[in-house]
Amino acid sequence: MNEFLIAIHRDIINKDASPSPEQMQAAIQPFQDWLGGIAAQNKLVAPPKRWDLGGRVVKNDTVINGPYAEIKESIGGMFIVRANDYDEAVEIAKGCPLLQWGASVEVRMAIPPVQ
Amino acid sequence: MHEKALIPNLFRTEYRKIVSVLCSTFGFDHIETAEDIVSDTFLTATESWSINGIPENPTAWLYTVAKNKTKNYLKRDNLFQQKISTEIKYTSSNTEEFEIDLSQKNIIDSQLAMMFTICNPSISKESQISLALNLLCGFGIQEIADAFLVNKEVIYKRLQRAKEKLKSEDIKIEHPSVCQINSNLETVLMTLYLLFSEGYYSTSQNTILRKDLCEEAIRLTLLLLENPMTSTPSTNALLSLMYFHSSRFNARINKEGENIIYEEQDDALWDYPLIEKGIEFLNQSASGNSLTKFHLEAAIAFWHTKKKDSDEKWENILQLYNQLLQIEYAPIAALNRTFAFAKVRGKSAAIIEAEKLQLTDNPFYYSLLGYLYTDIDNAKAKEQYEKSLEFSNSNADTKTIRKYIEELTEKIEKEKY
Repeated sequence: MNEFLIAIHRDIINKDASPSPEQMQAAIQPFQDWLGGIAAQNKLVAPPKRWDLGGRVVKNDTVINGPYAEIKESIGGMFIVRANDYDEAVEIAKGCPLLQWGASVEVRMAIPPVQ
Repeated sequence: MHEKALIPNLFRTEYRKIVSVLCSTFGFDHIETAEDIVSDTFLTATESWSINGIPENPTAWLYTVAKNKTKNYLKRDNLFQQKISTEIKYTSSNTEEFEIDLSQKNIIDSQLAMMFTICNPSISKESQISLALNLLCGFGIQEIADAFLVNKEVIYKRLQRAKEKLKSEDIKIEHPSVCQINSNLETVLMTLYLLFSEGYYSTSQNTILRKDLCEEAIRLTLLLLENPMTSTPSTNALLSLMYFHSSRFNARINKEGENIIYEEQDDALWDYPLIEKGIEFLNQSASGNSLTKFHLEAAIAFWHTKKKDSDEKWENILQLYNQLLQIEYAPIAALNRTFAFAKVRGKSAAIIEAEKLQLTDNPFYYSLLGYLYTDIDNAKAKEQYEKSLEFSNSNADTKTIRKYIEELTEKIEKEKY
């Protein structure tokens, strides 16, 4: 079993962003069902936390108010799951209810420490 | 009360109190001495009361005799006197003669201290529960053995080993400090939770014993609530959970001691005053900012006290299970979550969720699939229930499953025409 970071990226700075605040509200239940379903398979390693949408971006000579948004999307949430390989982790990620409103989910495998 | 019933009853309620007080006075190192003195006190009571009749205040009599026996013991045993009496004198304001303090307050404090001593992570949960039953609930070795469905020898050895371990760890039995309470309360609550579950979910058909375990777990939790330091939101949540579950005790076990599943319970047998108590403590638990598994389980149990099916009920239960599983995975929670999922999102959607669980050696996994496939694919449902039978080891469960298989066989027959 490997560990995978599941990071949800979405537009959290533009007013007409999708998912919109209303869509996010509507997604609470499906989102919890998604997480509950992952946890029910004993595949949730680290549950998500609620992250402040602002944050700070640190550069060589400045600290600016975040979030990081060189591209339109910023990190909206993240957690860690257990899966055999990328195929399985991607299958899990496809369950994210925010995908239908333009969010994307980044899947990154943790490299196991060298024994 | 007749003497015959009186002494066992007093043994049950007073043995643990005097042992706790003596033990927290002498230290856990001398647990056997404490137990010997109290056993001896009861022996004297049996002899004396059969000759002289029952004293006016039997409890006070026991306390006085226990105090005297302790004093005599200290005088007699030089080594003990040197090691312990000096220590006691040192900490006691009265240097000449010390008095064993069997006041109500010290009894409660000592029992609390004992609880924190026993619930030590250095010994296994099973040992913690056995010791709690023995030292805090006054259960004999036979009763503990019956509760765990093992023989006396196993419990005897388990208790001996646990006591030795606690002695070797040199754990001071003392009134827990704020710092200790913060770090150990969780262990104590978990042990009480397991003690309760042992009674509630035991496969033992001894209903009276099972009820006793649940009542003892409640009594010890109430003891925690008497102290402001241990009366935390999670303690309140645990007690609430225990009351909600207890309210169904009479409805979930039939005369033969077999379990009756929730759907088939007669809610006229539910204990509504206990449900009220559960609600009261659930409200008490709703403060602070930590949401523990006890909070979630209590809330799930609360929704189960509403017999009538509604979308609201099952949506709430589903969301609570979603949260519970994110805190802590347990196969039974995963299965129950999927059952709730079926109730709100439909059986077909739930089958997809269920098959991902892959709990392939769990009989309840197959009964869940059997339930989900019923009326969708009856042949498959029957197959699943039959698999469940293969893994099941409780007679009560097999009976229900056989009934479902029969019903499905009839349905399949009818479908042919």
